[in-house]
Amino acid sequence: MSTVFPQWEVFVRARRGLDHQHAGSVHAPDGETALRAARDLFTRRQEGVSLWVVPSTEIVASDPADVDALFGPAADKAYRFPTNYDLPPEVDHM
Amino acid sequence: MSQEHFDALIEADERIEPDDWMPDDYRNTLVRQIAQHAHSEIIGMQPEGEWITRAPSLRRKAILTAKVQDEAGHGLYLYGAAESLGTPRAELLDRLHAKTQKYSSIFNYPTPEWADVGAIGWLVDGAAIMNQVPLCRCSYGPYGRAMVRICKEESFHQRQGYQIMLSLSEGTPEQQAMAQRALDRWWWPSVMMFGPPDGDSPNTGRSMAWGIKRFTNDELRQNFVDATVPQAELLGLTPPDDALVWNAERGHYDFGEPDWDEFARMVRGEGEIPDLRIGVRRAAHDDGDWVRAAAAAYADKQAARSAA
Repeated sequence: MSTVFPQWEVFVRARRGLDHQHAGSVHAPDGETALRAARDLFTRRQEGVSLWVVPSTEIVASDPADVDALFGPAADKAYRFPTNYDLPPEVDHM
Repeated sequence: MSQEHFDALIEADERIEPDDWMPDDYRNTLVRQIAQHAHSEIIGMQPEGEWITRAPSLRRKAILTAKVQDEAGHGLYLYGAAESLGTPRAELLDRLHAKTQKYSSIFNYPTPEWADVGAIGWLVDGAAIMNQVPLCRCSYGPYGRAMVRICKEESFHQRQGYQIMLSLSEGTPEQQAMAQRALDRWWWPSVMMFGPPDGDSPNTGRSMAWGIKRFTNDELRQNFVDATVPQAELLGLTPPDDALVWNAERGHYDFGEPDWDEFARMVRGEGEIPDLRIGVRRAAHDDGDWVRAAAAAYADKQAARSAA
Protein backbone atom coordinates (compact mmCIF):
# COMPACT_ATOMS: atom_id res chain seq x y z
CA MET A 1 0.00 0.00 0.00
CA SER A 2 1.25 3.47 -0.75
CA THR A 3 -0.04 6.62 0.92
CA VAL A 4 -0.22 9.75 -1.20
CA PHE A 5 -0.34 13.08 0.62
CA PRO A 6 -2.10 16.19 -0.67
CA GLN A 7 -0.07 19.02 -2.15
CA TRP A 8 0.47 22.39 -0.44
CA GLU A 9 1.69 25.63 -1.99
CA VAL A 10 4.45 27.30 0.02
CA PHE A 11 4.92 31.06 0.47
CA VAL A 12 8.05 32.49 2.10
CA ARG A 13 8.58 35.93 3.63
CA ALA A 14 12.26 36.61 3.03
CA ARG A 15 12.55 39.48 5.53
CA ARG A 16 10.31 41.55 7.74
CA GLY A 17 8.70 44.23 5.62
CA LEU A 18 8.41 42.06 2.51
CA ASP A 19 5.42 40.13 1.17
CA HIS A 20 5.23 36.37 1.33
CA GLN A 21 6.22 35.06 -2.09
CA HIS A 22 5.33 31.77 -3.71
CA ALA A 23 8.33 29.42 -3.51
CA GLY A 24 7.02 26.02 -4.63
CA SER A 25 5.09 23.12 -3.20
CA VAL A 26 5.37 20.21 -0.78
CA HIS A 27 3.33 17.11 -0.04
CA ALA A 28 2.13 16.55 3.52
CA PRO A 29 -0.79 14.97 5.39
CA ASP A 30 -1.71 18.20 7.23
CA GLY A 31 -0.79 21.87 7.50
CA GLU A 32 1.50 21.43 10.50
CA THR A 33 3.57 18.79 8.71
CA ALA A 34 3.51 20.82 5.51
CA LEU A 35 5.07 23.73 7.43
CA ARG A 36 7.84 21.48 8.72
CA ALA A 37 8.50 20.12 5.25
CA ALA A 38 8.51 23.64 3.80
CA ARG A 39 10.95 24.77 6.49
CA ASP A 40 13.32 21.92 5.61
CA LEU A 41 12.96 22.40 1.86
CA PHE A 42 12.94 26.17 1.37
CA THR A 43 14.73 27.79 4.32
CA ARG A 44 17.97 25.90 4.97
CA ARG A 45 20.01 29.02 4.16
CA GLN A 46 18.15 31.81 5.95
CA GLU A 47 15.85 32.38 2.97
CA GLY A 48 12.93 33.31 5.17
CA VAL A 49 11.52 34.49 8.51
CA SER A 50 7.92 33.33 7.99
CA LEU A 51 6.09 30.61 6.04
CA TRP A 52 2.56 30.11 4.75
CA VAL A 53 1.24 26.83 3.41
CA VAL A 54 -2.06 26.57 1.54
CA PRO A 55 -3.71 23.43 0.12
CA SER A 56 -3.02 23.57 -3.63
CA THR A 57 -6.65 22.70 -4.34
CA GLU A 58 -7.76 25.88 -2.49
CA ILE A 59 -6.06 28.21 -5.00
CA VAL A 60 -8.61 29.80 -7.31
CA ALA A 61 -6.83 30.88 -10.49
CA SER A 62 -7.83 33.02 -13.45
CA ASP A 63 -8.14 31.22 -16.77
CA PRO A 64 -5.37 31.93 -19.30
CA ALA A 65 -8.12 32.01 -21.95
CA ASP A 66 -9.56 35.10 -20.22
CA VAL A 67 -6.32 37.05 -20.34
CA ASP A 68 -7.58 39.59 -22.91
CA ALA A 69 -10.93 40.11 -21.25
CA LEU A 70 -9.34 40.55 -17.82
CA PHE A 71 -6.16 42.45 -18.53
CA GLY A 72 -6.56 43.82 -22.03
CA PRO A 73 -8.73 46.83 -21.07
CA ALA A 74 -5.85 48.31 -19.06
CA ALA A 75 -3.79 48.72 -22.23
CA ASP A 76 -5.57 51.82 -23.57
CA LYS A 77 -5.73 53.79 -20.32
CA ALA A 78 -2.49 55.68 -20.50
CA TYR A 79 -4.02 58.40 -18.32
CA ARG A 80 -3.56 56.10 -15.33
CA PHE A 81 0.23 56.56 -15.56
CA PRO A 82 2.18 59.59 -14.34
CA THR A 83 4.18 59.70 -17.59
CA ASN A 84 0.94 60.61 -19.40
CA TYR A 85 1.14 64.16 -18.05
CA ASP A 86 3.61 66.58 -19.68
CA LEU A 87 4.50 69.28 -17.23
CA PRO A 88 6.91 72.25 -17.47
CA PRO A 89 10.51 71.27 -16.68
CA GLU A 90 10.45 73.35 -13.46
CA VAL A 91 7.91 71.01 -11.87
CA ASP A 92 8.53 67.81 -13.84
CA HIS A 93 10.08 66.00 -10.87
CA MET A 94 6.58 66.00 -9.35
CA MET B 1 -5.31 29.32 -26.19
CA SER B 2 -3.99 27.53 -29.20
CA GLN B 3 -0.94 26.34 -31.07
CA GLU B 4 -0.73 29.80 -32.60
CA HIS B 5 -0.65 31.49 -29.18
CA PHE B 6 1.91 28.97 -27.88
CA ASP B 7 4.14 29.56 -30.92
CA ALA B 8 3.90 33.33 -30.43
CA LEU B 9 4.94 33.03 -26.77
CA ILE B 10 7.90 30.82 -27.68
CA GLU B 11 8.86 33.16 -30.52
CA ALA B 12 8.83 36.13 -28.11
CA ASP B 13 10.96 34.14 -25.62
CA GLU B 14 8.12 34.37 -23.10
CA ARG B 15 7.52 31.65 -20.53
CA ILE B 16 4.87 28.93 -20.72
CA GLU B 17 2.98 28.44 -17.45
CA PRO B 18 1.15 25.34 -16.16
CA ASP B 19 -2.39 26.40 -17.12
CA ASP B 20 -1.40 27.42 -20.66
CA TRP B 21 -2.32 25.33 -23.65
CA MET B 22 0.75 23.48 -24.91
CA PRO B 23 1.37 20.80 -27.55
CA ASP B 24 1.34 17.24 -26.20
CA ASP B 25 4.90 16.70 -27.43
CA TYR B 26 6.12 19.74 -25.48
CA ARG B 27 4.37 18.52 -22.32
CA ASN B 28 5.62 14.94 -22.70
CA THR B 29 9.19 16.03 -23.46
CA LEU B 30 9.22 18.21 -20.34
CA VAL B 31 7.69 15.56 -18.07
CA ARG B 32 10.31 13.07 -19.27
CA GLN B 33 13.22 15.51 -18.94
CA ILE B 34 12.19 17.01 -15.58
CA ALA B 35 11.40 13.56 -14.14
CA GLN B 36 14.74 12.18 -15.28
CA HIS B 37 16.41 15.21 -13.74
CA ALA B 38 14.50 14.73 -10.46
CA HIS B 39 15.31 11.01 -10.38
CA SER B 40 18.99 11.85 -10.94
CA GLU B 41 18.99 14.18 -7.94
CA ILE B 42 17.59 11.62 -5.52
CA ILE B 43 19.58 8.67 -6.90
CA GLY B 44 22.62 10.97 -6.74
CA MET B 45 22.24 10.97 -2.96
CA GLN B 46 23.47 7.38 -2.84
CA PRO B 47 27.09 7.38 -4.08
CA GLU B 48 27.93 10.30 -1.78
CA GLY B 49 25.63 9.26 1.04
CA GLU B 50 27.71 6.10 1.30
CA TRP B 51 30.64 8.30 2.32
CA ILE B 52 29.01 10.31 5.12
CA THR B 53 30.04 7.88 7.87
CA ARG B 54 33.51 7.48 6.36
CA ALA B 55 34.28 11.15 5.65
CA PRO B 56 37.63 11.96 7.29
CA SER B 57 36.51 14.67 9.74
CA LEU B 58 33.43 16.01 11.49
CA ARG B 59 33.61 19.07 9.24
CA ARG B 60 33.60 16.95 6.07
CA LYS B 61 30.71 14.86 7.43
CA ALA B 62 28.67 18.01 8.10
CA ILE B 63 29.43 19.33 4.60
CA LEU B 64 28.55 16.04 2.94
CA THR B 65 25.34 15.68 4.95
CA ALA B 66 24.30 19.18 3.86
CA LYS B 67 25.12 18.38 0.24
CA VAL B 68 23.17 15.12 0.21
CA GLN B 69 20.24 16.92 1.86
CA ASP B 70 20.44 19.52 -0.92
CA GLU B 71 20.20 16.76 -3.54
CA ALA B 72 16.99 15.53 -1.90
CA GLY B 73 15.68 19.09 -1.97
CA HIS B 74 16.60 19.50 -5.63
CA GLY B 75 14.68 16.33 -6.40
CA LEU B 76 11.64 17.75 -4.60
CA TYR B 77 11.82 21.10 -6.45
CA LEU B 78 11.93 19.20 -9.73
CA TYR B 79 9.14 16.74 -8.89
CA GLY B 80 7.07 19.82 -8.04
CA ALA B 81 7.82 21.29 -11.48
CA ALA B 82 6.95 17.99 -13.17
CA GLU B 83 3.69 17.73 -11.22
CA SER B 84 2.64 21.14 -12.51
CA LEU B 85 2.39 19.42 -15.93
CA GLY B 86 -0.24 17.06 -14.56
CA THR B 87 1.71 13.94 -13.61
CA PRO B 88 1.57 13.16 -9.86
CA ARG B 89 4.86 12.65 -8.03
CA ALA B 90 3.82 9.19 -6.82
CA GLU B 91 3.43 8.12 -10.43
CA LEU B 92 6.89 9.43 -11.36
CA LEU B 93 8.44 7.54 -8.45
CA ASP B 94 6.62 4.39 -9.55
CA ARG B 95 8.16 4.80 -13.00
CA LEU B 96 11.63 5.23 -11.50
CA HIS B 97 11.17 2.11 -9.38
CA ALA B 98 9.87 0.15 -12.38
CA LYS B 99 12.85 1.43 -14.43
CA THR B 100 10.55 2.82 -17.13
CA GLN B 101 12.09 6.26 -16.53
CA LYS B 102 15.83 6.78 -16.32
CA TYR B 103 18.20 8.76 -14.14
CA SER B 104 21.62 10.05 -15.18
CA SER B 105 23.99 7.13 -15.76
CA ILE B 106 26.76 9.14 -14.05
CA PHE B 107 25.41 7.77 -10.74
CA ASN B 108 26.09 4.20 -11.87
CA TYR B 109 29.84 4.61 -11.47
CA PRO B 110 31.34 3.34 -8.20
CA THR B 111 32.93 5.59 -5.54
CA PRO B 112 35.64 3.36 -4.05
CA GLU B 113 37.84 6.11 -2.52
CA TRP B 114 37.36 9.33 -0.54
CA ALA B 115 38.83 11.37 -3.40
CA ASP B 116 35.84 10.29 -5.51
CA VAL B 117 33.67 12.52 -3.31
CA GLY B 118 35.94 15.44 -4.20
CA ALA B 119 35.94 14.55 -7.90
CA ILE B 120 32.15 14.22 -7.96
CA GLY B 121 31.69 17.69 -6.47
CA TRP B 122 34.30 19.27 -8.71
CA LEU B 123 33.55 17.48 -12.00
CA VAL B 124 30.07 15.98 -11.85
CA ASP B 125 28.50 18.96 -10.10
CA GLY B 126 30.62 21.23 -12.30
CA ALA B 127 29.23 19.59 -15.43
CA ALA B 128 25.73 19.69 -13.93
CA ILE B 129 26.05 23.44 -13.33
CA MET B 130 27.19 23.92 -16.93
CA ASN B 131 23.98 22.13 -18.00
CA GLN B 132 21.72 23.76 -15.47
CA VAL B 133 22.57 27.44 -15.73
CA PRO B 134 21.01 27.73 -19.23
CA LEU B 135 17.99 25.75 -17.97
CA CYS B 136 17.19 28.68 -15.66
CA ARG B 137 15.96 30.36 -18.87
CA CYS B 138 13.95 27.32 -19.97
CA SER B 139 10.69 28.26 -21.69
CA TYR B 140 8.66 26.30 -19.12
CA GLY B 141 8.30 28.65 -16.13
CA PRO B 142 8.20 26.17 -13.21
CA TYR B 143 11.24 24.28 -14.52
CA GLY B 144 13.23 27.50 -14.94
CA ARG B 145 12.29 28.69 -11.44
CA ALA B 146 13.26 25.34 -9.90
CA MET B 147 16.60 25.58 -11.71
CA VAL B 148 17.26 29.05 -10.28
CA ARG B 149 16.90 27.64 -6.76
CA ILE B 150 19.03 24.63 -7.62
CA CYS B 151 21.83 26.64 -9.21
CA LYS B 152 22.05 28.89 -6.14
CA GLU B 153 22.69 25.82 -3.99
CA GLU B 154 24.82 23.90 -6.47
CA SER B 155 27.78 26.27 -6.38
CA PHE B 156 28.67 25.16 -2.85
CA HIS B 157 28.69 21.56 -4.07
CA GLN B 158 31.29 22.23 -6.71
CA ARG B 159 33.45 24.40 -4.47
CA GLN B 160 33.55 21.91 -1.58
CA GLY B 161 34.51 19.17 -4.05
CA TYR B 162 37.33 21.21 -5.51
CA GLN B 163 38.51 22.02 -2.00
CA ILE B 164 38.69 18.30 -1.16
CA MET B 165 40.83 17.83 -4.30
CA LEU B 166 42.96 20.82 -3.29
CA SER B 167 43.59 19.40 0.19
CA LEU B 168 44.56 16.02 -1.26
CA SER B 169 46.81 17.55 -3.91
CA GLU B 170 48.67 19.44 -1.16
CA GLY B 171 48.92 16.26 0.93
CA THR B 172 51.14 13.20 1.02
CA PRO B 173 52.23 11.43 -2.20
CA GLU B 174 49.58 8.78 -1.40
CA GLN B 175 46.88 11.44 -1.15
CA GLN B 176 48.05 13.06 -4.39
CA ALA B 177 47.94 9.68 -6.13
CA MET B 178 44.42 9.08 -4.82
CA ALA B 179 43.33 12.48 -6.20
CA GLN B 180 44.80 11.58 -9.61
CA ARG B 181 43.03 8.19 -9.59
CA ALA B 182 39.73 9.94 -8.89
CA LEU B 183 40.32 12.35 -11.78
CA ASP B 184 41.18 9.37 -14.01
CA ARG B 185 37.90 7.69 -13.05
CA TRP B 186 35.60 10.73 -13.32
CA TRP B 187 37.03 12.74 -16.22
CA TRP B 188 35.49 10.85 -19.12
CA PRO B 189 32.15 10.11 -17.45
CA SER B 190 31.87 13.85 -16.71
CA VAL B 191 32.74 14.80 -20.29
CA MET B 192 30.04 12.36 -21.45
CA MET B 193 27.44 13.83 -19.06
CA PHE B 194 26.52 16.35 -21.76
CA GLY B 195 25.08 13.53 -23.83
CA PRO B 196 25.90 12.19 -27.27
CA PRO B 197 27.60 14.33 -29.95
CA ASP B 198 25.28 16.82 -31.65
CA GLY B 199 25.10 14.64 -34.77
CA ASP B 200 23.69 11.76 -32.71
CA SER B 201 21.28 13.85 -30.63
CA PRO B 202 18.06 13.82 -32.68
CA ASN B 203 15.92 15.75 -30.18
CA THR B 204 18.32 18.67 -29.67
CA GLY B 205 16.90 20.71 -32.58
CA ARG B 206 13.33 20.44 -31.36
CA SER B 207 14.23 21.16 -27.74
CA MET B 208 16.16 24.25 -28.83
CA ALA B 209 13.27 25.47 -30.99
CA TRP B 210 11.01 25.12 -27.96
CA GLY B 211 13.41 27.04 -25.73
CA ILE B 212 13.83 24.05 -23.42
CA LYS B 213 17.48 23.72 -24.37
CA ARG B 214 19.68 26.75 -25.05
CA PHE B 215 23.01 25.21 -26.08
CA THR B 216 23.91 21.98 -27.86
CA ASN B 217 25.61 19.07 -26.10
CA ASP B 218 28.92 19.76 -27.85
CA GLU B 219 28.86 23.47 -27.01
CA LEU B 220 28.35 22.70 -23.33
CA ARG B 221 31.00 19.96 -23.43
CA GLN B 222 33.53 22.41 -24.86
CA ASN B 223 32.66 24.98 -22.16
CA PHE B 224 33.20 22.33 -19.51
CA VAL B 225 36.59 21.24 -20.82
CA ASP B 226 37.74 24.85 -21.22
CA ALA B 227 36.73 25.69 -17.65
CA THR B 228 38.04 22.52 -16.04
CA VAL B 229 41.50 21.98 -17.56
CA PRO B 230 43.06 25.05 -15.85
CA GLN B 231 41.46 23.91 -12.56
CA ALA B 232 43.17 20.52 -12.96
CA GLU B 233 46.49 22.23 -13.69
CA LEU B 234 46.21 24.23 -10.47
CA LEU B 235 45.78 20.95 -8.60
CA GLY B 236 48.83 19.50 -10.34
CA LEU B 237 46.61 16.77 -11.78
CA THR B 238 46.38 15.59 -15.39
CA PRO B 239 43.12 14.67 -17.16
CA PRO B 240 43.47 11.21 -18.77
CA ASP B 241 43.35 12.45 -22.37
CA ASP B 242 46.47 12.46 -24.56
CA ALA B 243 44.72 14.56 -27.19
CA LEU B 244 44.03 17.39 -24.76
CA VAL B 245 45.83 20.52 -26.00
CA TRP B 246 45.16 24.27 -26.12
CA ASN B 247 44.19 25.41 -29.60
CA ALA B 248 45.08 29.11 -29.78
CA GLU B 249 43.42 29.49 -33.15
CA ARG B 250 40.04 28.29 -31.86
CA GLY B 251 40.55 29.79 -28.41
CA HIS B 252 39.47 26.43 -26.97
CA TYR B 253 41.02 23.18 -25.82
CA ASP B 254 41.03 20.35 -28.34
CA PHE B 255 40.23 17.02 -26.70
CA GLY B 256 39.87 13.36 -27.54
CA GLU B 257 36.75 11.41 -28.45
CA PRO B 258 34.98 9.87 -25.43
CA ASP B 259 34.20 6.14 -25.50
CA TRP B 260 30.64 6.38 -26.75
CA ASP B 261 30.24 2.61 -26.63
CA GLU B 262 30.81 2.77 -22.88
CA PHE B 263 28.32 5.63 -22.70
CA ALA B 264 25.72 3.50 -24.51
CA ARG B 265 26.36 0.59 -22.13
CA MET B 266 25.90 2.88 -19.13
CA VAL B 267 22.70 4.40 -20.54
CA ARG B 268 21.34 0.89 -21.13
CA GLY B 269 21.97 0.30 -17.42
CA GLU B 270 24.48 -2.53 -17.72
CA GLY B 271 26.43 -3.72 -14.69
CA GLU B 272 25.41 -4.33 -11.08
CA ILE B 273 25.08 -0.79 -9.82
CA PRO B 274 21.71 0.14 -11.41
CA ASP B 275 19.94 -2.70 -9.56
CA LEU B 276 21.69 -1.65 -6.37
CA ARG B 277 20.61 1.98 -6.73
CA ILE B 278 16.97 1.13 -7.51
CA GLY B 279 16.96 -1.47 -4.73
CA VAL B 280 18.09 1.09 -2.15
CA ARG B 281 15.53 3.60 -3.47
CA ARG B 282 12.65 1.11 -3.38
CA ALA B 283 13.60 -0.04 0.11
CA ALA B 284 13.66 3.57 1.35
CA HIS B 285 10.23 4.10 -0.18
CA ASP B 286 8.70 0.84 1.06
CA ASP B 287 10.26 1.05 4.53
CA GLY B 288 8.85 4.54 4.93
CA ASP B 289 5.32 3.54 4.04
CA TRP B 290 4.24 2.86 7.64
CA VAL B 291 5.41 6.36 8.57
CA ARG B 292 3.31 7.90 5.79
CA ALA B 293 0.33 5.74 6.76
CA ALA B 294 0.65 6.78 10.41
CA ALA B 295 0.97 10.47 9.49
CA ALA B 296 -2.11 10.23 7.28
CA ALA B 297 -4.09 8.46 10.04
CA TYR B 298 -3.05 11.14 12.55
CA ALA B 299 -4.05 13.92 10.13
CA ASP B 300 -7.44 12.27 9.58
CA LYS B 301 -8.02 11.99 13.32
CA GLN B 302 -7.11 15.63 13.92
CA ALA B 303 -9.38 16.73 11.08
CA ALA B 304 -12.28 14.64 12.46
CA ARG B 305 -11.76 16.15 15.93
CA SER B 306 -11.71 19.72 14.73
CA ALA B 307 -14.83 19.03 12.65
CA ALA B 308 -16.65 17.62 15.71
